Amino acid sequence: MSFWTRHQIFEKNSIILIVGILLVIAIGGLVEITPLFYLKSTIEAVDGIRPYTPLELAGRNVYIREGCYLCHSQMIRPLRDEVERYGHFSLAAESMYDHPFQWGSKRTGPDLARVGAKYSDDWHVTHLTNPRAIVPQSVMPGYPFLSKTEVDPDTIADHMRTLRTVGTPYTDDQIANAGDDMKAQADPDNAGSDAFTKRYAKAVVRNFDGKTGTPTEMDALIAYLQMLGTLVDFKIYNEKANLR
Amino acid sequence: MSQPSISKSMTSGESGLAVVFAVTAFLCVIASAKALDAPFAFHAALSAAASLAAVFCIINRYLDRPAALPPAEINGRPNYNMGPIKFSSVMAMFWGIAGFLVGLIIASQLAWPALNFDLPWTSFGRLRPLHTSAVIFAFGGNVLIATSFYVVQKSCRVRLAGDLAPWFVVVGYNFFILIAGTGYLLGVTQSKEYAEPEWYSDLWLTIVWVTYLLVFLATIIKRKEPHIFVANWFYLAFIVTIAVLHLGNNPALPVSVFGSKSYIAWGGIQDAMFQWWYGHNAVGFFLTAGFLAIMYYFIPKRAERPIYSYRLSIIHFWALIFLYIWAGPHHLHYTALPDWTQTLGMTFSIMLWMPSWGGMINGLMTLSGAWDKLRTDPVLRMLVVSVAFYGMSTFEGPMMSIKVVNSLSHYTDWTIGHVHSGALGWVGFVSFGALYCLVPWIWNRKGLYSLKLVNWHFWIATLGIVLYISAMWVSGILQGLMWRAYTSLGFLEYSFIETVEAMHPFYIIRAAGGGLFLIGALIMAYNLWMTVRVGEQEVQMPVALQPAE
Repeated sequence: MSFWTRHQIFEKNSIILIVGILLVIAIGGLVEITPLFYLKSTIEAVDGIRPYTPLELAGRNVYIREGCYLCHSQMIRPLRDEVERYGHFSLAAESMYDHPFQWGSKRTGPDLARVGAKYSDDWHVTHLTNPRAIVPQSVMPGYPFLSKTEVDPDTIADHMRTLRTVGTPYTDDQIANAGDDMKAQADPDNAGSDAFTKRYAKAVVRNFDGKTGTPTEMDALIAYLQMLGTLVDFKIYNEKANLR
Repeated sequence: MSQPSISKSMTSGESGLAVVFAVTAFLCVIASAKALDAPFAFHAALSAAASLAAVFCIINRYLDRPAALPPAEINGRPNYNMGPIKFSSVMAMFWGIAGFLVGLIIASQLAWPALNFDLPWTSFGRLRPLHTSAVIFAFGGNVLIATSFYVVQKSCRVRLAGDLAPWFVVVGYNFFILIAGTGYLLGVTQSKEYAEPEWYSDLWLTIVWVTYLLVFLATIIKRKEPHIFVANWFYLAFIVTIAVLHLGNNPALPVSVFGSKSYIAWGGIQDAMFQWWYGHNAVGFFLTAGFLAIMYYFIPKRAERPIYSYRLSIIHFWALIFLYIWAGPHHLHYTALPDWTQTLGMTFSIMLWMPSWGGMINGLMTLSGAWDKLRTDPVLRMLVVSVAFYGMSTFEGPMMSIKVVNSLSHYTDWTIGHVHSGALGWVGFVSFGALYCLVPWIWNRKGLYSLKLVNWHFWIATLGIVLYISAMWVSGILQGLMWRAYTSLGFLEYSFIETVEAMHPFYIIRAAGGGLFLIGALIMAYNLWMTVRVGEQEVQMPVALQPAE
């Protein structure tokens, strides 16, 4: 019986055809995806990575909501020009708590993986409100409305609880104090800011948008942008230990 | 045998679905009242209204219909179900124009950023997913559903399975589009490209899609032909694989069942891999396998020639679906994804060139002996040029998946250009060609209102595509080269903003190209509208004169 005659079993039986399709499309995905969950070398062993603070998390959600990832990548490739332009190439570990990941696919604007601490908070406020006030040739939309919307300290703990269920290691302490921590991070005079910085290593407490009162989405977004790429200390990072 | 008179009663499908929708309406009202955020309240209210409308439509249809449901056959000939196909065709045209228009707007925003108006719902970041979803899922999806329901009936010579189910699929799918699209404008997104809709839209799509699979499969199962026609293999692979991809990429945990926000189960690197496994196979199975099915039915039909090689189509089918699924990692070259995965992705992407061109050859060679028709039939010309564009982008794709090429092209407009040579040239043209064939067929018209207008559409759209993709090639390669340019002293030569500035003229040319493509689609809509409105009825041979089979 020739190959072509044998093939008729698929042409004459829809269920066998479906099973055939499912088997054939399963292979590639299984081979490429499954090992990423158990191969130890997939994510580097590195110090300093922590989950986002409540304010950073709220800022990250603004970043996602406004579709920033459509024009800004967060993934520096190990190519000479990129490393010189943006800093050390991105590690897998740096996005291990990102649900979802924000590596991006297009650079209409520059990469943001290490934008943290590169510009002042004032710069960010002015730039986000009207990008062309600082960079005349910019094609970025303005986001003046972020200063007018407050973030919600009451619901952020629910978000952190959800993230814990999908694998982000928030502690009970962090979740219990989420709302207070959110206010504390944007207010250096807040009594809780010391306790906050103990809960989140390398977290920065500043009045990001320069305005008093409940933190705004502008505060949150800038808090997120200012921490991007700052968690790993590359002076002590051991590259050789993580060769793959 | 005389038909016994049956008393009119609701089918279990009618009564069951009416009850389900009534309960859904009630639950949606509660969800809307308890909603944590405004977009969720709006979507719940919209769903409640839609569910009530569904109940009304089901009851109204029951009251209007004769006691017996439409028969599967009339005088031994299949009684094809064309209603849902008509609906999907109209929606395809509507969403196509809407999607092209939003594309033109966001292309213009990149050239003139003042057009963002600094408002949340008009800024590029919210409109871009609206554009991609409108053209891929709304326009492309409706074309696929319409053509698949047509092809499966004709090639199996049976009426579409199900009574309300096909309507549930077409209306439910378009309701998904409505929820997803309004969600983007209101800032509801899970930020996974081409899978942006949040958890509740995803759940709804799952229900609709499974129903789609069941209707399609049930129709094949009761076919009157011994063989399943080639196009149906491709449609089946498209439907089944999209279901698998959708489920794999979207498992998310909502923060609250009364809120729109959710967090995806996968994180970081695994999420990236899942996303591009999904993302590239949305291209492979939605935008390729599905539209190849259109090629395998509509080109032979329009050219009145058999498919060039049946054996080639068997090899084409299995090789294509096996190889495509591996190609995802080429979206993640030089990222933190392990090298072994990147290398596998690149290798299979290059191999993918072969079945792609095998399919192209099978489509083009179907014209052998009928090439002269390209001169006289602009619809066939559109179909054939679409296959040529398919060949071009399936060469460009494997080339761009080579790591050294990708190090230049990735993150630049070259990718955008590549996507659009496939989307406008291949998917767009094959869809236009299929709709130009389908509309006269399903509305029983002798032919199109005007072939001259098809010709105008063809040339205006082709000019638009050429402007679009050449502008993006130049801007993409230019930007990639500027990013890596060094001065003789070893410093980076250009700041980032200088590369943005250099893109400006090309963004204007690209917007002009998109504008031409939109004008072409408007001409098409007018032509199809006039075909249905004033087109001459096809004279049906009286059934009694048909010879007995």
